[in-house]
Amino acid sequence: MESITFTETPFVRKKKRTEALAKLIFFLMALSMIIPLVMIIAYLVVQAWPILSIDFLLENPANRMRAGGVWAPLLGTIYLVVISLLVSAPIGVLAAVYLNEYATDNWFTRIINLAVVNLAGVPSIVHALFGLGAFVLFAGIGRSILAASLTLAIMTLPVIIASTKEALASVPMPFRTACWNVGATRWQTIRTIVLPNSISGILTGIILQVSRAAGETAPIMFTGAVFFKALKDDGLFAYNLLDQCMALSMHLFTISTQVPDVPHALPYGTAVVLMAIVLLTNGLSIAFRVYLRSRKRW
Amino acid sequence: MNYSIETRHLNLWYGNFQALIDVSVNIKDRLITGLIGPSGCGKTTLLRTFNRINERYGNVTTKGEIKIFGKNIYDNDVSLPELRKSVGMVFQRPNPLPISVYENIVLGMKLHQQRSSLKKSGLDEVVEQSLREVFLWDDLKDHLKKKATSLQLEQQQKLCIARLLPLKPRVILMDEPCSALDVEGTRAVEDMMLSLRERYTIIIVTHNMAQARRVSDECIFMLLGEIIEHNDTDDLFLNPRNPKTADYIEGRYG
Ligand SMILES: Nc1ncnc2c1ncn2[C@@H]1O[C@H](COP(=O)(O)OP(=O)(O)OP(=O)(O)O)[C@@H](O)[C@H]1O
Ligand SMILES: [Mg+2]
Repeated sequence: MESITFTETPFVRKKKRTEALAKLIFFLMALSMIIPLVMIIAYLVVQAWPILSIDFLLENPANRMRAGGVWAPLLGTIYLVVISLLVSAPIGVLAAVYLNEYATDNWFTRIINLAVVNLAGVPSIVHALFGLGAFVLFAGIGRSILAASLTLAIMTLPVIIASTKEALASVPMPFRTACWNVGATRWQTIRTIVLPNSISGILTGIILQVSRAAGETAPIMFTGAVFFKALKDDGLFAYNLLDQCMALSMHLFTISTQVPDVPHALPYGTAVVLMAIVLLTNGLSIAFRVYLRSRKRW
Repeated sequence: MNYSIETRHLNLWYGNFQALIDVSVNIKDRLITGLIGPSGCGKTTLLRTFNRINERYGNVTTKGEIKIFGKNIYDNDVSLPELRKSVGMVFQRPNPLPISVYENIVLGMKLHQQRSSLKKSGLDEVVEQSLREVFLWDDLKDHLKKKATSLQLEQQQKLCIARLLPLKPRVILMDEPCSALDVEGTRAVEDMMLSLRERYTIIIVTHNMAQARRVSDECIFMLLGEIIEHNDTDDLFLNPRNPKTADYIEGRYG
């Protein structure tokens, strides 16, 4: 009987080499994602080091923005982000629930879905012009925190709808049929099964929009953010909804390009604060997800 | 004779595709009726018309009449949640919800009653009774807090049946309830069905002809959306009246 050796043929050896090479390339690409992030953060922090302190956070810009801290813009950014999400998150989540759980597949829902996808891809400067036209001029709100927040809300809404829909769609269909077959209405099904099993995905989608809303300059520049604004006091409620406000992203732009003789560390310090907000919210979203997942035993 | 389900000239379309063709059938109470036929012949579809769950699956048109215990379920005054309470369904893949065993069983009651009218002791009693009916109580009485999705498949399937019982169903529809189970599990579920038989109308879809013979009292053979033959199980298997039935039970298709 002829015996078998199971040794490598040259072809197999070649395949193995290709395999190893492919793996290396993919690994390097993955690594190259981290390197810029680490380098950016390191660079910013090193450049900003002399100025970083709690006071930098809590002091207002002073001496025509050549000294002081970032309190007014920081507070402005918080206002803009919170108000815009208070608008877009509930609308977005409810709309997504409708689209995923109630809507039947007809031309109307197809148009809505198409609109969502396309709106999510519209550049932010276009949202800015829309906000200027719709809220500032047409609705007569004027340039204000409210108008800017609404513009940001319009910008984040389609993405929240899309991410929420995805989270809802990931809940297995048999969970729903199980509920329907014990006579649950659609809403009971959503409340008892669909939302509890998708809430962490929904929240992650929303929180990712925090960093987007905090980082964008264009939509707020036309609609409510200003270069400089003196706050009336130090409290958390120093801005009024119809006031204009400063914002970190805009402030960074101003002090890096519009104001001469700014101390070197100041823009870098501002950038670090902005980065910190983004990283902090992303970190929070991860922690929250882990927490929800650990609790989902109910 | 006491029929629990009567259909008259039932036709059903998914879009333009006709999945049920002129189905007229009488199903007896407190018996197990087997439903056999090749893949795609409309068995699942027919089951799903009995609690109108079909309507949740997109573009469905139904014509004809279905009476359950004398009541036409397409009448305007029929409430779907109430209908589904009385006509429960079990699926091929056990689909317990990712919550505890206990919560799975009381879910139906929680959906149908005011929270305030549910007493803990009452719920405990219902849970015990439902689990006893499906022979799960001894296995699970110390694991009521366990997540239902972590049970063995056989236990999951029994739990899915137990979950229907607190709603006091009259009809239990089973769509290939054993096809995901091993031999032991199948046996256990069949034993359980036989013990439920006196209290409920049970319809079981199966691809397993031996199973149909073991558990069912009457049997329905379907082909391409039509009912070909409906008879006592023994007669249907031993003296099929229609040559197509004979072909099927002798394994000549699907
Ligand atoms: N939601 C649906 N939309 C469109 N067509 C469907 C739908 N569900 C079933 N069908 C079609 O209807 C026919 C009957 O399907 P059904 O699931 O009732 O068959 P079945 O007898 O249960 O088959 P199986 O033994 O494979 O479970 C099939 O041709 C199927 O493709
Ligand atoms: Mg089927």
